[in-house]
Amino acid sequence: MIAALGLLVGVVLGLIFTPDVPAGLDPYLPIAVVAALDAVFGALRAYLEGIFDDKVFVVSFFSNVVIAAAIVYLGDKLGVGGQLSTGVIVVLGIRIFSNVAQIRRYVFHA
Amino acid sequence: MPDPTPDQTPDPGQARPGSADEAGRQRLREALVRPSRGQVVVGILLAALGFAAITQVRTNNTDNSFAGYREQDLVDVLSGLAVTSQQAQDQINQLEVTRRQLEQNRADQTAALEAAQKQAEELSILAGLAPATGPGIRVTVTEGPRPVDVDSVLDTIEELRSAGAEAMQVNGRVRLVAQSSVESAPGGLRIDGTLLTSPYVLDVIGDPHTLQGALSLVDGPIAQFRDAGATVDVQQEKALDITAVRKPVTPQFAQPQ
Repeated sequence: MIAALGLLVGVVLGLIFTPDVPAGLDPYLPIAVVAALDAVFGALRAYLEGIFDDKVFVVSFFSNVVIAAAIVYLGDKLGVGGQLSTGVIVVLGIRIFSNVAQIRRYVFHA
Repeated sequence: MPDPTPDQTPDPGQARPGSADEAGRQRLREALVRPSRGQVVVGILLAALGFAAITQVRTNNTDNSFAGYREQDLVDVLSGLAVTSQQAQDQINQLEVTRRQLEQNRADQTAALEAAQKQAEELSILAGLAPATGPGIRVTVTEGPRPVDVDSVLDTIEELRSAGAEAMQVNGRVRLVAQSSVESAPGGLRIDGTLLTSPYVLDVIGDPHTLQGALSLVDGPIAQFRDAGATVDVQQEKALDITAVRKPVTPQFAQPQ
């Protein structure tokens, strides 16, 4: 309940303040958002399996974000930033899909 | 502690019994109904996620298409724009040169047109198509007992021409030009098909002194008229109007070479 409320509060705050993304963070924010989504779906799946732990979730959330941003940063420095961020998106997308498939089995038995 | 995003766990849909699925649902329901302390952290993180996601969506919507470009892409775009701008500048310069040329052409054409119009006016005076005004002399020949000799009239015209006469008319009715013809007719003279009678008034535009001198030669036109019994009066005029004009004639046989 609090988690759903937190998501709602974040969305509303974003809509109200409409902050500008700092120029340096511009390429990393979308990747970070997708990585965080991956962590959230993984946590939801773990919760449904009964093995959820909030400490693990916090660590995986931040490590996902930091590693994704670091990979893109490294790609920028190597001159393959565009390709590497595409790769990160693909990998995270695959993980999100598999997690959502598991969640779907738990929730809808299908 | 298991990873919240396990990849290698077996497919629970087949491996676990239905009771596990029921337990999962149960937990979800309990989480929604009874918040726990651990949910606070999750809520904070989800708030951060929602905030970031909305910010990104806003940025994506509001910013122009270059926001997502990387440094190298931007450099490429910039150099492309520089090339385009250089081309446009070249085109502007070229067009300006063309415009200057066209303006020059127009000025030239205007000058040429003015010159042509001036020439046309001068030629139309010479051809007898336009009225003319200027200094000159007025020669009045009054017939005596004998009719005026055609040769004397022609001599007069030729002398005036050689003295630089630029426009001539007789009795204010007939303009004398290169094609003019003079013949004797009963009661007077037929000039260009028009019958004229005495006194013959010849208006001539040109230098008055030269014209009068040409007529006053020994054995000149005046002398010939007087020998024939006519009286001749020559007056110098400062401003003489020649109003008679000829109709323009298109040459039928003579073609420009």
